[in-house]
Amino acid sequence: MTTFLGINLFALFGQLLVGLINGSFYALLSLGLAIIFGLLKIINFAQGAMYMLGAFFAWMALSYFGMNYWVALIVVPLVVGFLGILMERFLVRPIAHEDHLYSLLLTFGVALMLQGVFTHVYGSSGLAYAIPEALQGGTKLPFMYLPNYRAWIIVASIVVCGATWWLVEKTRLGAYLRAGTENPQLMQAFGINVPLIVTLTFGFGVALAGFAGVMAAPVYSVSPEMGSNLLIVVFAIVVIGGMGSIGGAILTGLAMGVIEGLTKYLYPEASTTVIFLVMVIVLLLKPAGLFGKEA
Amino acid sequence: MKALTNTVAAVALAATAASPALANISDDKIKIGVLADMGGVYSDLCGPGCVTALEMAAEDVGGKVLGAPIEIISADDQLKADVGSAIVRKWVENEQVDAVGGLVSSAVVGAATKVLTDAKKIAMISTAASNAFTTSACSPYNVHWTYNVTAMANGTVKPMVAAGKKKWFFITADYAFGHALESVATEVIEANGGEVVGVVRAPLATTDFSSYVLQAQASGADVVALANAGADTVNSLKAATEFGLTEMVDVAGLLVFTPAAQAMDPDTAGGMRLTTGFYWDYDDQTRQWSERFLERTGTLPAMGHAGAYSMAMHYFRAIEAAGTDDSDAVMAKMRELKPEDFFARNAYLRADGRMVHDMYYAEIKPAAERSGDNDIFRILSVIPGDEAFAPMLPECNFN
Repeated sequence: MTTFLGINLFALFGQLLVGLINGSFYALLSLGLAIIFGLLKIINFAQGAMYMLGAFFAWMALSYFGMNYWVALIVVPLVVGFLGILMERFLVRPIAHEDHLYSLLLTFGVALMLQGVFTHVYGSSGLAYAIPEALQGGTKLPFMYLPNYRAWIIVASIVVCGATWWLVEKTRLGAYLRAGTENPQLMQAFGINVPLIVTLTFGFGVALAGFAGVMAAPVYSVSPEMGSNLLIVVFAIVVIGGMGSIGGAILTGLAMGVIEGLTKYLYPEASTTVIFLVMVIVLLLKPAGLFGKEA
Repeated sequence: MKALTNTVAAVALAATAASPALANISDDKIKIGVLADMGGVYSDLCGPGCVTALEMAAEDVGGKVLGAPIEIISADDQLKADVGSAIVRKWVENEQVDAVGGLVSSAVVGAATKVLTDAKKIAMISTAASNAFTTSACSPYNVHWTYNVTAMANGTVKPMVAAGKKKWFFITADYAFGHALESVATEVIEANGGEVVGVVRAPLATTDFSSYVLQAQASGADVVALANAGADTVNSLKAATEFGLTEMVDVAGLLVFTPAAQAMDPDTAGGMRLTTGFYWDYDDQTRQWSERFLERTGTLPAMGHAGAYSMAMHYFRAIEAAGTDDSDAVMAKMRELKPEDFFARNAYLRADGRMVHDMYYAEIKPAAERSGDNDIFRILSVIPGDEAFAPMLPECNFN
């Protein structure tokens, strides 16, 4: 067996790949947060609850309407995004002129309420959602067995993250968006409907969480707590990547997945702490985050 | 005004005179507090359902014992030991609570039982797993009814080691409960000629277990034991199935409640072995009670719900027999009388507070063999109580 410094290399590759898969989830979730924070300056604590909604809606769509996974993958993010739009329009906007803390508390409250309602209705134990038939089974790699669904997670996440990055950084629409948040008065003078852009951006960021939720339903337990468990980690990732940096959120998400994966192999007890350790170190050395611009 | 006072006094006197039987019942009522997880991760195991179970017990004795009305109150411990013990203290000091039922998370129960023991009130533990309440933290006022970690380990591990599955790998929840389960199971494995080839301690509420599953795969174990509970069990089993682990080795769930089993995809969970203190579909008696419970709550009873009911019925019976609700007299009667109902089979309450009863070795049915959503376990064998639970420690003999 191939070993290096007493570490089984095959096992190590396996852990790296598994880390990359988790990193894909982190990237999707932190991307949504980074868009909402970076462009709108809203700290959305309900992002985890939206992820939970995505998974629950996928389950409901299947159980109540017989809607399969592939359709849900398109429809559910739209529905979740629409809820996000309603939340922005009727809850977040009225307090938009206040300090950031207000929207933080508001979204946190929304998250707790959603979590409470779902616990009340569906219980705390979670629901089962099967892996779609086309993605069942797996591929035998030299160093591990890679389930097809996990491979799909990496591909889908990279495509969605890449497309979002391109949309925001490279297109005219993205330019309007960035300009509109930089200087809303000037953009409005040019005839751009800035409030509409803000609402749609919020909806898009939330829809990304809904998408991640549908992706997660077949592999993680669909339960009311699923979002709150991930949210804090994802916030740490956004901080490490640099608040508001789109590319930073994606790359940091993937990297933290890998670092966490290695920790799970070398010292599992620390696996939930390691990301926060990285956060502390990054904040000490580079307070704006790895990819953030110094204010 | 004076006339009114006189009337009130007369009515009060008349009321006292009319109920001489209440002389030995403190505050003229039997008040039980239900301390449970009302909205957290364990709320399906014993939350609002435990309140319902106790209300059903109160109704089944006609709402009264020795002529004194039964009152059930409840509170959410939020899975926090300090919150739980503060509630219990308030209950015994200000609200004349005679006994506390529910009792879910071992950490909360540890704190609550201390308060109850100081106040000489009875702790009716239905769902907590730790074996400490009748060993290192035993008390003359603890009653531990449904199961404990020892029974789970004995029930599930012993038959598997005996069947030649000698090498074990643990995926353990990294906190007191998981460690207790792992250490008890390790003792059973080693005592029966098996060995533990590896352990990973995963933090509580880990979302992704694939990394641990890969480590289990590389360990060469015959059995991968899940020393965790609730969502952790569901998520670890999902990962085990996805990565093909379940095809290579046996997976044993050391603590699987029916709600968690229901949350698992039957195709992935089918065939998993486990131990349980109760299963709703065991026979006519269990079905009859469970259907009543299902009607009222909309969910199947987990073992803690059935245990909470059975324990409350035994408590009422003991008060009746003792002629008082004094804790010492009631505890003595609870030990003396044999509990016997749909839940408690071949049962007796030992002098250390451990209720010893038949446990069940079961397997999760695969999808093809299920007749409906509620058809979850197949009972493989009955484990006599004395084989499931550890013998009493001499220092915990309160007779």
